[in-house]
Amino acid sequence: MEVFGRYRNLIVLVGVLFAQILGLAVQVRRTTDTEPTRLIRIWAVGSVSPLEKGLLWFQNSTDNIWHNYFYLRGVRAENRELKHEIEQMRLEQVRITQDADQARRLQALLAFKEQFISGTLAAQVIGSSGSELSRSVYIDKGERDGLKPDMAVLTKDGIVGKVLRVYGSTALVLLIDDQTSGVGSLLEKSRLQGILRGTPAGAVVLEKVMSDETVPIGEQVVTSGGDGIFPKGLPVGTVTGVSPGSDLFLNIRVRPAADLGRLEEVLVVTKVDEKQAEPDETSPMRAVDILAERLPTVPPKPDATSGSPAPGAVAPGPPASNGVASSSPAMKPTGTNSSGSTSAAPKPVASNSSTLKSGSPNSAAPGPAAANTFAPKSAAPKSGAAKTGALTSVPSAVRPANSNATASQPAQHLRSQPAATGKPNAPPSAASATAGNSAPPKTAGSSPSAKPVTPSARTPGAGLASTETKSATPQHDPVRKNAGPTPPTKAASANPSPATAAGASTTNSTATNSATSSAAKKPPAKPVASGAATHPPKPQPVPEDSPQ
Amino acid sequence: MPITYTSGEQVEVYRFSPFATISIPLAAILLQAILPRYLHFFTIFDLPLLVTIGFATARRNPLAGLLTGCLIGIFQDALTHQPIGLYGISKTVVGFAASSLGIKIDVENSGARFLLTILFYVVHEVVYFMIARGLVGLHMEWSWPHEIGSGVANAALGIFVYALLDRVKQRT
Repeated sequence: MEVFGRYRNLIVLVGVLFAQILGLAVQVRRTTDTEPTRLIRIWAVGSVSPLEKGLLWFQNSTDNIWHNYFYLRGVRAENRELKHEIEQMRLEQVRITQDADQARRLQALLAFKEQFISGTLAAQVIGSSGSELSRSVYIDKGERDGLKPDMAVLTKDGIVGKVLRVYGSTALVLLIDDQTSGVGSLLEKSRLQGILRGTPAGAVVLEKVMSDETVPIGEQVVTSGGDGIFPKGLPVGTVTGVSPGSDLFLNIRVRPAADLGRLEEVLVVTKVDEKQAEPDETSPMRAVDILAERLPTVPPKPDATSGSPAPGAVAPGPPASNGVASSSPAMKPTGTNSSGSTSAAPKPVASNSSTLKSGSPNSAAPGPAAANTFAPKSAAPKSGAAKTGALTSVPSAVRPANSNATASQPAQHLRSQPAATGKPNAPPSAASATAGNSAPPKTAGSSPSAKPVTPSARTPGAGLASTETKSATPQHDPVRKNAGPTPPTKAASANPSPATAAGASTTNSTATNSATSSAAKKPPAKPVASGAATHPPKPQPVPEDSPQ
Repeated sequence: MPITYTSGEQVEVYRFSPFATISIPLAAILLQAILPRYLHFFTIFDLPLLVTIGFATARRNPLAGLLTGCLIGIFQDALTHQPIGLYGISKTVVGFAASSLGIKIDVENSGARFLLTILFYVVHEVVYFMIARGLVGLHMEWSWPHEIGSGVANAALGIFVYALLDRVKQRT
């Protein structure tokens, strides 16, 4: 007893330490499901969190009063900027939607299963663990709000952590920079997978990436979805440094995308659905349509399509979904424009520019009227062509070889070939003029842009046949190169008949076929498309002493 | 009457009111939980440790010191995601040592408090490190510059904390 009295303090110290060590040993052995210390934690959190929430409420109230009543300077300017930003984002959204649709279609083809975040809960950070060695925060949502352990927590910038413990009205979130956390991650470009961990110093590193891999600094890190907590593809951070680590692995330092030191509001992912991707076929509007609506348009001319007096004019094919885009190639009566249309076919914006170009009077190119005789044949494949200009241009471009072969044949033979449009004997109208482009594609000499004009090229019909054999394919590219600037003045002066001129000029290259195909598809009411068609076709041939 | 190494033969023993005994540690833990949200660097401070040292040196009672440290540490542990007992053991040791040392030497002047705080901070971190690695199996890295720097920062803050505690302590 005397010994106890003498060493009382020491004995008590040993006893207390022993009890705590024993408790530690029990905790380390047990899993978190049967947590023996939960009661202590609940008491501790319960005594602290009301004060934290009260402080947060006070802070928010003060902020609201200040921001909503006193600090309203510059709101109008900001509103203007935001509206402008919304406009831009709408355009961007359409484009992204298309990309997403495409991705879904591809995923559906491959029977991929996707994870969708279908439920989130906004929460406010009310406090932290207060320890440098325990990087975790408390949020003001808990079990009553439907939170459960292992739910992902993120911000708009990137992932933050996961819910570790849930209490009545609060929850403990383990941050990704804690050394006990682990996030399945992958590098965005190289698709290398690793595990994101925190270090005791509070840094974040990506582990388990082999040292023979090349990881560039600045590469983005996203979640891989392999941990079963974070859905795939969420931003994690950026690679800030790479150094050789231990055990054949790289030591990749990552700067978290979310500012973990200044967390205020977070989103807790409460529901993640996993389902197979379903392609959305009802895409409301394409980005090109929105852009086209914003471009200036030529005033409509009511007699644009019906104004062609040609009796057998090739009727336009199935109307394209986008009048501007589809009409653009048709407005390239010259070989120069047609060459541009081939490349522009898959690019709607380029088509628009060519459409505007075609509105100029110079777009009428000179050429032998005989080119019109090929109209029905060339129109035939175009009318049934696919919706996309790029697709239609391909078969057309392939066709010229045949067209050339038939070009020397009598026109009557060509006329007898049924057009897909149902108008076999299409006389030279605007549409047929463009349609005729495909028939003798190699008559580059007849194009104003084609400088080496042969004398025979000036002769309608015969000239076509002769040029076909001489300069068909080789002149294709040069014509396209010289396409832009050359045609207008010569074309306008050389050929008073724009319709025939269009037909002749488009024979320059195979590229004109795309224009033809688009012409077949163009909707009749579109003023832009009717630029050439508005000129009444003149059946008389071009004079042989044409300047060309 | 304890014999001290100071010039005086007697040392003052203080006590704290029940309200201060409860509210001051609670406030320290609360501030430690809240302030890092706004001041991220505040994580290097350990306000509960400073309160533990302050209480222990003022009371000069090893039993009271170790129990105070034990309770504050367990409370602090409960707010972390680590097993309960890491801070509890560390602060128990510090509380016992601070109160035991407070009997022997004069801890009333700021210089002694400054040096003692650095010493106790390092002791606290060493104990924590050993338990975390040895018992819990946490992967931890020891960095002397970081620990000394944090100790100095805590000691600087401790001077103000002890000054506040001096205002509420009562002579027995």
